[in-house]
Amino acid sequence: MLSRNRAAYAFLAPYLLIFVTFWLWPIINSLLISFQNTRVNPWRFSLSANWGRLFVDPAFYNALYNTLIILVIQVPVMIALATVMAVLLNSPLLKARPLYRFAFFAPVVVGEVAYAAVFRLMFSADFGIVNKLITSVGLSPVSWFDNANAAMALVIIAITWRWAGYNAIILLAGLQSIPDDVYEAATLDKVSKFQQFVHITLPLLKPIISFCVVLSVIGTMQLFTEPFLITNRGGPGGGTETLGLLLYRQGFTSLNFGYASAIAYTIAGLAVAISLLNLVLGREKK
Amino acid sequence: MKSKSRSLLLQKIALHAVLTPLAILWLFPLWMMFVFSTMPDHGIFSPEIVLWPSAEFAANFQNLQADTNFVRAMFISIIVAIVYTALSVMLTSMAGWALARYRFAGRSIVVAIILGTITLPFAVVVIPQFIMVAREFKLANTWIALIVPPLFNSLGVLFMRQAFSMMPGELFDAARVEGVREWRIFLHIALPLARPTMAALAIILFLASWNNYLWPLLINSRPNMMTAPVALGTLIGLTKVSWGGIMAGAVLLTAPVLVVFVFLQRHFIAGISAGAVK
Repeated sequence: MLSRNRAAYAFLAPYLLIFVTFWLWPIINSLLISFQNTRVNPWRFSLSANWGRLFVDPAFYNALYNTLIILVIQVPVMIALATVMAVLLNSPLLKARPLYRFAFFAPVVVGEVAYAAVFRLMFSADFGIVNKLITSVGLSPVSWFDNANAAMALVIIAITWRWAGYNAIILLAGLQSIPDDVYEAATLDKVSKFQQFVHITLPLLKPIISFCVVLSVIGTMQLFTEPFLITNRGGPGGGTETLGLLLYRQGFTSLNFGYASAIAYTIAGLAVAISLLNLVLGREKK
Repeated sequence: MKSKSRSLLLQKIALHAVLTPLAILWLFPLWMMFVFSTMPDHGIFSPEIVLWPSAEFAANFQNLQADTNFVRAMFISIIVAIVYTALSVMLTSMAGWALARYRFAGRSIVVAIILGTITLPFAVVVIPQFIMVAREFKLANTWIALIVPPLFNSLGVLFMRQAFSMMPGELFDAARVEGVREWRIFLHIALPLARPTMAALAIILFLASWNNYLWPLLINSRPNMMTAPVALGTLIGLTKVSWGGIMAGAVLLTAPVLVVFVFLQRHFIAGISAGAVK
């Protein structure tokens, strides 16, 4: 029995070493660094240098506002769209199913940089295909990169394209775990398809939906690549600067590691808080 | 009966009428990525609407290679993704095996810490990780910096632990009675049985490494040690750059994973949905 346990430690040790070095210790260290004034040499403990600054920094409030706007608009829209995709893809009446699945699921494997590049080009103000199509039907072109609201819309459109299929995959797996006889019974009782969706599918799918919401909240809280590459470093003039981008700017442009760590902990704290809130709200409604 | 089949037909038409435009909309950016990659720059920036490919992919690729050493960057990305995937599957399988099939002191603490931190965003550790790897270990712009730190990912541990714990214990006990050593039981009995899970895990990890952007961007900024997404990212936003070239790079990054996705869709989907339905 003793040698068996020794074997267990041997199996676990290599991974655990990496896990502690590159994940567990940095999580703790990040909190410690956030209480250091890292703009002096050597670093000194300070409450006000980072956490004090956070609460009075207009750049932080701007990034927080932008992140929450994206969160509040993008996550519900995407989850609703993903639910529609999943339900329709699950219909036994659907022809050419593999083709539709490919269309919605393909963005899941496309890298952030590749898709950021193509979105930037498609939405280019003067020569972008999107504005060409908009003007060809007689509407006026949108300055996607110079107008802050349009730039925010662009970021939201891009993330929705990239992640709706990912959520649809998860939701589809959830739908397929609902037994068929539930629907058969409902159909015999002459319950309409729409009623079935509202009263059977949605309630049974709720835990999966809330799992998707949690994943999306975590992703959105640290959103970085899209505003970095598509809207050109959070442009126009900080109009799409997110918390993830502010963290990058403070940490790796200004090299102010202490302040960046405070931002990082704020991102994590908000992600955890919103996720828990979502779980609590989900339970109460039952 | 007749009215029922008619209503079915109507439902069928409505279903496709909703789904088809949505599918076309979703395919459009991928199609345009391909079209742009075959167009000369003056064609991309002309007032005409072009929705059909030209024949300039090779010229665009040459422009890309002139802007940044993309061949070298692709080579780095491929090696990193392969080595990272192999190491990560190995390490997390071993850890998952230990946590699934042995009762030792500290086991539940390890599981609790992994579960409790798995949803934390990467942003939390990016600053200390960077300080440690770049300043303390002095490993910036190395292969190790690209491969080793991301191995902390604990998704595989949970994945493999789940797979191993669903296997019948008698199988392993019988081998023990015969005097087979623990590492041979793991290697020759448990691992072969876990092959489907390992396949799904490997695909997810390979994709994550191939597309990883933030960490390689921070840690390997020297041009001859950049990964392909980082090299491509440095061109986006430059004024004098070939956009046809950037699109050729985007296609080279995307096409291989799309092909793999088409053939191994089942494993992809298993990997993505595994966390949810449980």
